[in-house]
Amino acid sequence: MKSLAELQALKQKAIENVNLRKDREDGVRVVVGMATCGIAAGARPVMTSFLEEIGKRNLNNVAVEQTGCIGLCRLEPIVEVYAPGQDKVTYVKMTPDKVARVVAEHIVNGQPVAEYTIGAAGM
Amino acid sequence: MELVRSHVLICGGTGCTSSGSEVLHEEFDEMLVKYGLDKEVKVIKTGCFGLCALGPVVVVYPEGAFYSRVKKEDVEEIVQEHLLKGRIVKRLVYDETVEQNDIKSLNDVNFYKKQQRVALRNCGVINPENIEEYIAVDGYQALGKVLTEMTPEEVIDTVKKSGLRGRGGGGFPTGTKWDFARKSVNEQKYVCCNADEGDPGAFMDRSVLEGDPHSVLEAMAIAGYAIGANQGYIYIRAEYPIAVRRLQIAIDQAKEYGLLGKNIFDTGFDFDIELRLGAGAFVCGEETALMTSIEGHRGEPRPRPPFPAVKGLWEKPTILNNVETYANIPVIFNKGADWFASIGTEKSKGTKVFALGGKINNTGLVEIPMGTTLREIVEEIGGGVPNGKKFKAAQTGGPSGGCIPASLIDTPIDYDSLISIGSMMGSGGLIVMDEDNCMVDIAKFFLEFTVDESCGKCTPCRIGTKRLLEILDKITKGQGTLEDIDRLEALCYHIKNASLCGLGQTAPNPVLSTLRYFRDEYEAHVVEKRCPAGVCKALLSYVIDPEKCKGCSACSRKCPVGAISGEIKKPFVIDTTKCIKCGVCMETCKFGAVVKK
Repeated sequence: MKSLAELQALKQKAIENVNLRKDREDGVRVVVGMATCGIAAGARPVMTSFLEEIGKRNLNNVAVEQTGCIGLCRLEPIVEVYAPGQDKVTYVKMTPDKVARVVAEHIVNGQPVAEYTIGAAGM
Repeated sequence: MELVRSHVLICGGTGCTSSGSEVLHEEFDEMLVKYGLDKEVKVIKTGCFGLCALGPVVVVYPEGAFYSRVKKEDVEEIVQEHLLKGRIVKRLVYDETVEQNDIKSLNDVNFYKKQQRVALRNCGVINPENIEEYIAVDGYQALGKVLTEMTPEEVIDTVKKSGLRGRGGGGFPTGTKWDFARKSVNEQKYVCCNADEGDPGAFMDRSVLEGDPHSVLEAMAIAGYAIGANQGYIYIRAEYPIAVRRLQIAIDQAKEYGLLGKNIFDTGFDFDIELRLGAGAFVCGEETALMTSIEGHRGEPRPRPPFPAVKGLWEKPTILNNVETYANIPVIFNKGADWFASIGTEKSKGTKVFALGGKINNTGLVEIPMGTTLREIVEEIGGGVPNGKKFKAAQTGGPSGGCIPASLIDTPIDYDSLISIGSMMGSGGLIVMDEDNCMVDIAKFFLEFTVDESCGKCTPCRIGTKRLLEILDKITKGQGTLEDIDRLEALCYHIKNASLCGLGQTAPNPVLSTLRYFRDEYEAHVVEKRCPAGVCKALLSYVIDPEKCKGCSACSRKCPVGAISGEIKKPFVIDTTKCIKCGVCMETCKFGAVVKK
């Protein structure tokens, strides 16, 4: 170790490994419905796409979680995004292709992607 | 980058290891592969979470679900339900965290609510065998800051300002100790760490070393810079194999990353640390005996002065601090001396870790701000005394400490209040006793320990403690007299005043403090020949209450010496001349007819 800057750089790299373990109150939570209906409709690739996208952008403050059946099995895969200070946004019929836009527009810039939401699905 | 979305933290402290956490680790690895989750879920072995009574403990993040008493068979269910389908397995979660349909955060549970984890900040959070995880939680930032931005004097001033006092029991101000060593002029100085935790029932230091070894290494390097030393020794008991292994891994990793060794942070500062294993002698926890042992001699204390800060290890200026003291140092520099000084009471700053044991529901490791009352520790954090029994006393400080009786349960726990009531902080063992504990017997237990552990160098301790034990033994056998109690007390003061080192000077404390608060129990033993708690075998006898006895003969069939006889359906009798007082009859009787008198 030659300098504080070098230690800082190592810390930034290492922080991703422990970041999950905090009791978070301020971060964004992405909750994927992973009951049988969700998994059958393809929730797993959706979830892994979220992980990939979040990893690519180095977003330390986002947790991807799973939950059970939300109750609208015909609209699965369902993903709910909880951002601090905003109402919960529910995305339906998600696909891996849609994930990048949700991450870029909603999670990073705070603008929910209206056309993917449950409202747009006519509910 | 790895696509990790969930972390499974398995406690790898000694408590949970002995209740089987290693098997869980393997099982998780296997099950994650089976369910195809091994790429997205990571299993990490951490240090102690503190709730050892509920081990093995497994925590799953990001949800923070706290699974307790997990068995190998439960692992598949956790993987299948929680990790694959996202449904927390409520059956296995720590009861107190379950609230109707929700899972409470661990911090809201009674056991953790009043705790403040400073020394234990990383225990149960990071993987102690991976230096990068320590770096991720601000590890080695303090050392970097100290070496590149501060002078040794500023370092010592910061430690002084924080108000940190030695956590090994003595409570000497750490900054002042460092200052003495800094001012001793010598080309060679040493930094030592006392990890020879010998009090029966105490395991705070072990948990810190097992859960966060790097914090101790970092602090020792800071101390080295402050006093002008480039060599450190950690004296650790060989009975702590997990801690020894993790410390060695930590030292090797720190050297590999250039955080120990030559020219750290390119400042020209060199610092190296070596381990020295103790062979389990209690006296080696005393500072001068510890250093004598590091030098390769038989662990015996030497007179002070000269103090170690002037003439310590190999007659060079040396500082010796306890593990927990060191664990506080990096935080003081990262968060500031004022932050640290804002915790605790006026004269006792910061927090203290206690190993909670004895008659208490939540056995384990707790860290509380100084000034927390004993009542809060026992009733709220500890969850009270089990089986509806009454709290009688708490013993702090192990064989050097004393008892706090129930009448003083609202005493705030800090160095000075404990000394004023005849106990001491000690290194942090806290043993809770209920009405079934005999205080004379407790004093005898600790004296047996000190008699065994007295090194024999000085007469007051070697012979004095032996005589104390003999008098106590006489009293518990019902052969004592009132004069014996007076003689016992007088001898205590002689030993305290005349012994060479801390071991002898504090050895009579368990006797003195039980005499102070429970003299009536001593008197009951000698005058009435009765043990009020029903512990001292010689003074009690088992009898059968003829009113309650149904004459089922269950007790007589279990009695190992054939002391119980009678006719079926008529009251049985115990022959006291044959009875060995093993208590089997009492356990066997379904009608509560056997009573101790």
